Amino acid sequence: MPNELLEAPVEHQFDNAEQQRDAATMGMWLFLATEVLFFGAMFLGYTAYRFSYPQAFADASRHTLIAFGGTNTAVLLISSAVMAFAVRAASQNKRGLLGLLLFVTASLGAVFLVIKGFEYAHEIREGLFPGRGFRIDAADPTHAELFYYLYWLMTGVHALHVTIGVLLISFFALRAWLTDAFQNHDTPVELLGLYWHFVDIVWVFLFPLIYMIDRHT
Amino acid sequence: MNAPTARTYLINGVALLGFLALTIAAAYINLGPLNTIVAMSISAAKAALIILFFMHMRYSKPVMWLFVGAGFFWLGIMLVLAMSDYLSRGWH
Repeated sequence: MPNELLEAPVEHQFDNAEQQRDAATMGMWLFLATEVLFFGAMFLGYTAYRFSYPQAFADASRHTLIAFGGTNTAVLLISSAVMAFAVRAASQNKRGLLGLLLFVTASLGAVFLVIKGFEYAHEIREGLFPGRGFRIDAADPTHAELFYYLYWLMTGVHALHVTIGVLLISFFALRAWLTDAFQNHDTPVELLGLYWHFVDIVWVFLFPLIYMIDRHT
Repeated sequence: MNAPTARTYLINGVALLGFLALTIAAAYINLGPLNTIVAMSISAAKAALIILFFMHMRYSKPVMWLFVGAGFFWLGIMLVLAMSDYLSRGWH
């Protein structure tokens, strides 16, 4: 294991490499805290309306494609594990391995988006996009539409985060391969990892709320 | 920071996929109102595993716990205060 205190260069406002790293990590977590509240507002809207219209939400949820959602959950969880190994490779200064693992992570993120895309296409064909063309076989279509409004909003914003993640991770993979930017300087990779794991956590909560409200009837 | 071992990451990844299988299986069993509670508990457990091991919180300083906890604490305030309004509107 290389000594992490070798990390260079230390900016003049920091006492040492450890303080510099802690400040960066804290800043990332602060950003993630704002993201928690950003997604939290949508989760709150979902919770409030689901308590108000439980049957409409259950009926609407049964029209979602659980095979797609479940596969995508597995894809994201695996991508998070690969990202954890990438961060480890960065801390060990294994440039080639880092690039490879980042590339695999980005590819899994892209697979997630492709699957989500097929799912969206299916839902648009079925008339499950809110608006004038919305139609659904449910007792309370108005509030089933409310579920789909939240579904498109929340998965859409999440997919945007995945897209940003895939672009960033691809860029980092290229940097790892082509430059020595992360040589004794793995903090950026560590922070990128935090972002990607956060995106994974959001999906971990979205998955049961969207696909599995009332599957047993 | 003591970096976790590759073995830790591997076990964590497998545990997460196990939880995923568990949450899907549980959804097809009729537990009444418990279904949602079980699903959200499993999600919380998955999130805890990701935060503790993949995001290295298990190996971080107390001040980092404060930063992470603050985000979720504020989320808790938002959810609890707002839902205490929605859930009590029907009370007379």
